[in-house]
Amino acid sequence: MKGLGASKAVTALMLAGLVLLPLYSQLSGNIFILTLFTRIVILALAAASLNLIMGYGGMMSFGHAAYLGIGGYAVGILAQEGVGSGFIQFPVALAASAAYALVIGALSLRTRGVYFIMITLAFAQMAYYVASGLARYGGDDGLTVYKRSDFSGLINLSNRTQFYYLCLVCLLGVIFVIWRIANSRFGLVVQGLRSNEQRMQAIGFPAKRYQLACFVISGTMCGLAGALLANNTDFVSPAVMYWTRSGDLMVMVILGGMGTLFGPVMGAVVYLLLEEFLSQITEYWALIMGPLLLLIVLFGRGGIMGLLGRVGRG
Amino acid sequence: MLLVVEQFLNGLQFGLLLFLLAAGLTLVFGIMDLVNLAHGSLYMMGAYFAATFAAWTGSFLLGALLALGATLVLGIVLEMSALRHLYGRDHLDHVLATFGLILFFNEAVRLIWGPAGLALPLPAWLTVPVPILPGIHYPAYRLAIIVVALLVALLLYLGVMRTRVGMLIRAGASNREMIGALGINIKLLYTLVFGLGAALAGLAGLMQAPILTVQIGMGENILILAFVIIVIGGIGSIRGAFLAAIFVGMIDTLGRAFLPNLLRQVLSSTAASTAAPALSSMLIYLLMAIVLVVRPEGLFPASRR
Repeated sequence: MKGLGASKAVTALMLAGLVLLPLYSQLSGNIFILTLFTRIVILALAAASLNLIMGYGGMMSFGHAAYLGIGGYAVGILAQEGVGSGFIQFPVALAASAAYALVIGALSLRTRGVYFIMITLAFAQMAYYVASGLARYGGDDGLTVYKRSDFSGLINLSNRTQFYYLCLVCLLGVIFVIWRIANSRFGLVVQGLRSNEQRMQAIGFPAKRYQLACFVISGTMCGLAGALLANNTDFVSPAVMYWTRSGDLMVMVILGGMGTLFGPVMGAVVYLLLEEFLSQITEYWALIMGPLLLLIVLFGRGGIMGLLGRVGRG
Repeated sequence: MLLVVEQFLNGLQFGLLLFLLAAGLTLVFGIMDLVNLAHGSLYMMGAYFAATFAAWTGSFLLGALLALGATLVLGIVLEMSALRHLYGRDHLDHVLATFGLILFFNEAVRLIWGPAGLALPLPAWLTVPVPILPGIHYPAYRLAIIVVALLVALLLYLGVMRTRVGMLIRAGASNREMIGALGINIKLLYTLVFGLGAALAGLAGLMQAPILTVQIGMGENILILAFVIIVIGGIGSIRGAFLAAIFVGMIDTLGRAFLPNLLRQVLSSTAASTAAPALSSMLIYLLMAIVLVVRPEGLFPASRR
């Protein structure tokens, strides 16, 4: 039980840090750290959504960045066409992501294993090319979002602190939903399907329908991250959907610990801070990051959460 | 007519190039059960090696030969130092580890050759147009790609189906424990197969290099096409990879060439010129989706064992 304590303590510490961060930024006058962490929190949200299908559902999606792009483009395109209200932009972003997830999921779930990894990758790449072909909305160069989503005075997205807290609330909300899902009957069925699909089918569960529903929920959550990301960078481009971004998200999930509630958040914080740290040491940070990933895969079973568990147990 | 023949040959040439890449990928997957995302990096390295060696020796052919050898060696070193430890692990582990390798290779190339792309100039005798039909000329170099790739495909077929090593490779694919128990050095065999796959990827890269620029990340987009091909063709099947590669190469090339005009017949010209690029890059993915709906295991799956 001591092991459980270690990971719980670290998680609590990390959450406290995330909540108090704007205070630190205000006191120290370090604005950069708030901008950095806003990005981290948004990508943590995307990683958490990926963890829902990867960790709990056993569906290895290598195309999750597509939703970041779809959510982002929904905001960007609506803003460009003169619809500035967040009350329209965000629901549209979520609906578009859900619709994409429904189609892609229905097709991809016909396959399993490596095929599933490759198919989701290929479809995300298709979304990337489609966005590159949108000449009206910037094509390859991307689309500048001149005005952030307007929530008619309820919350001001241009205020750094308010925006940060909005992202954090979204992250915690999504994690709460994932927690409820994981412990619901629905979630238990999905986790059962991960362990033994044949057996679940034999008991009488329509496997594909459960998995598809889970896939769509996850995609919708990631679409929210996309809409936030577009607001954060004031910009959306096909590069958001590039497949290395999907790979980044996967790494965050694995690094933190697949199938654990707060693992992906931990993974996102560590991965992005490491990237920031290494890129300050050397321009060629990926030269270190690449082999590091290899080592993590070879020796780091269960990610950070697994490691904390082992440390605690001694 | 001229355009149709030309685009048809372009499609064939692109398809054969894709086959070289997909063949290595599907061999490594079929035999070692390893998903290798870094296959595209080997393709890139082949192109960089060729550009460097060709500039160094002053001869295109010599440079290409040296580059082929260099990618083979690089593949063998990579297998022995890193990928060997991934056999038998989860596919997700493969994806992540080789994703790390891609980051490494891209950055290493940027460190060694710099961020700007390289060019690989062709010798004069390869740039002349060759008459293929009365009144129709086609660039000699593209023709050479078609010939070389067809030759390699034939050799690969004969090598795998007719030689002793090929027999061991096929045996390794169907039951690795058994052929290990029969006293075959399975480790050496795996290293050999990986080296072969690397050399094929390198060959594809160095042949593509004079047509496109040699640049960082050049292997990534084409790798995804190779994935699409082995999904369509059926994982582990070389025959499937061959047919699917030609098919995908044709559809992609012909779609890009003729779709804008076709659309212009139906839509207004501005709408057509907006929709065409997006639609033509979607074509092969739509094809893949259709194949998946009809035959989830691919069109030509490797025979059941």
